[in-house]
Amino acid sequence: MPGHSTPSQTVGPFFTIGMDKLNRANLAEGIAGERIQIHGRVLDGDGQPVPDAVLEIWQADADGRYRHPEHVGPNDTAPFFGFGRIPTDESGRFSFSTIKPGPVVSPDGKPNAPHLQISIFMRGLLQRLVTRLYFPDEPLNAADVVLQAVTESRRGTLIARKTRPQENSMEWDVCLQGKDETVFFDC
Amino acid sequence: MKPLLGYRKPAPGSQPKHLSPPYVSSIKRAPKQPLIEIPVTLSEITGPLFPKEIVSPKAFDLTHQHKAEPLGERISVSGRVLDEDGKPIRNSLIEIWQANAAGRYLHKNDQHDAPLDPNFTGEGRAFTDEDGRYKFVTIRPGAYPWKNHFNAWRPQHIHFSLFGPAFATRLVTQMYFPGDPLLEFDPIFHSVPEEAARRRMIASFDWLSTEPDLSLGFRFDIVLRGRNATPMGR
Repeated sequence: MPGHSTPSQTVGPFFTIGMDKLNRANLAEGIAGERIQIHGRVLDGDGQPVPDAVLEIWQADADGRYRHPEHVGPNDTAPFFGFGRIPTDESGRFSFSTIKPGPVVSPDGKPNAPHLQISIFMRGLLQRLVTRLYFPDEPLNAADVVLQAVTESRRGTLIARKTRPQENSMEWDVCLQGKDETVFFDC
Repeated sequence: MKPLLGYRKPAPGSQPKHLSPPYVSSIKRAPKQPLIEIPVTLSEITGPLFPKEIVSPKAFDLTHQHKAEPLGERISVSGRVLDEDGKPIRNSLIEIWQANAAGRYLHKNDQHDAPLDPNFTGEGRAFTDEDGRYKFVTIRPGAYPWKNHFNAWRPQHIHFSLFGPAFATRLVTQMYFPGDPLLEFDPIFHSVPEEAARRRMIASFDWLSTEPDLSLGFRFDIVLRGRNATPMGR
């Protein structure tokens, strides 16, 4: 019956007991594509680091293909799995490496801007938070349907910052509250 | 062109709000801005589909991971994972974790003055079968104190993590035990506004899965979000 799904509850403070086995901070070992490293912190409403959070990543491969039967368009079973799970450390930091996803083309033929799909769980969160990480200097950002659903003043919270121009290293923080509160989605 | 079919929004009151002040940790961690509605894209209706090989066939049994069996009341927890239309969620990964029989987690940050059990880790994983059925064998977890408010105790519970067929169906929940007197006072359980929805987190005692001279059976069915109906006339 519609609306009868089981309620969500917090992962609590001890989730690593059950979730550690799927930890994966290097999502694309041996996979073709432009390598990127993402570093960041999860910060609470007082700006304090959150040491007991875990991020899950879901992404397409370098050609914009999701490894899933509902992927529309060319999908010759890409070898890239596309899942990552990264807990924060004692100082609320996380880092992971992967490949930059290609633009996923929707059924109407429009390309979505390259992005990582992200779930965030932690003690204190009764439901996961859903957000996205987009890339700087990406021309497709201007027409992306999801970015366009966000007021311009908050869009920046979804876009990683390049820290060292020579390297493909980027920073992206998750702020749970405050003036830089990250945009979270209802999806 | 076929439009993408998204997943249904939960009914009002059937899911916890992010901010639930009686659960004190939510106050500084729940977002204050409203969530932003977005159109359905492939990123939500696809998601990781784990191959069965990642889980040992023995990982469903939390009572045989060490030299001897853990202390506590041996139980089985089984049931089906369905979507809101009653369709089974097949071949889908479930992760669980829990405290031991004394109410202590095997975690460096758990300071509760109760003994660890060298024969119990408290971690299990399994896949649903073709009918959406799953089974775990474990021991009944103990209640334990926490710092949320004066004399706060968590009811006995097992954490469940499920993926389902898409990013949109990801769910982490907790399974509670029937008749637990602590449920009435638990702010995490009560973060779900609707009583009928809260009851969906409580397992039922089950004679059918109770095994003579071995273990008490509890049944816990889990329902993941259903799919939006196909728009008419397309």
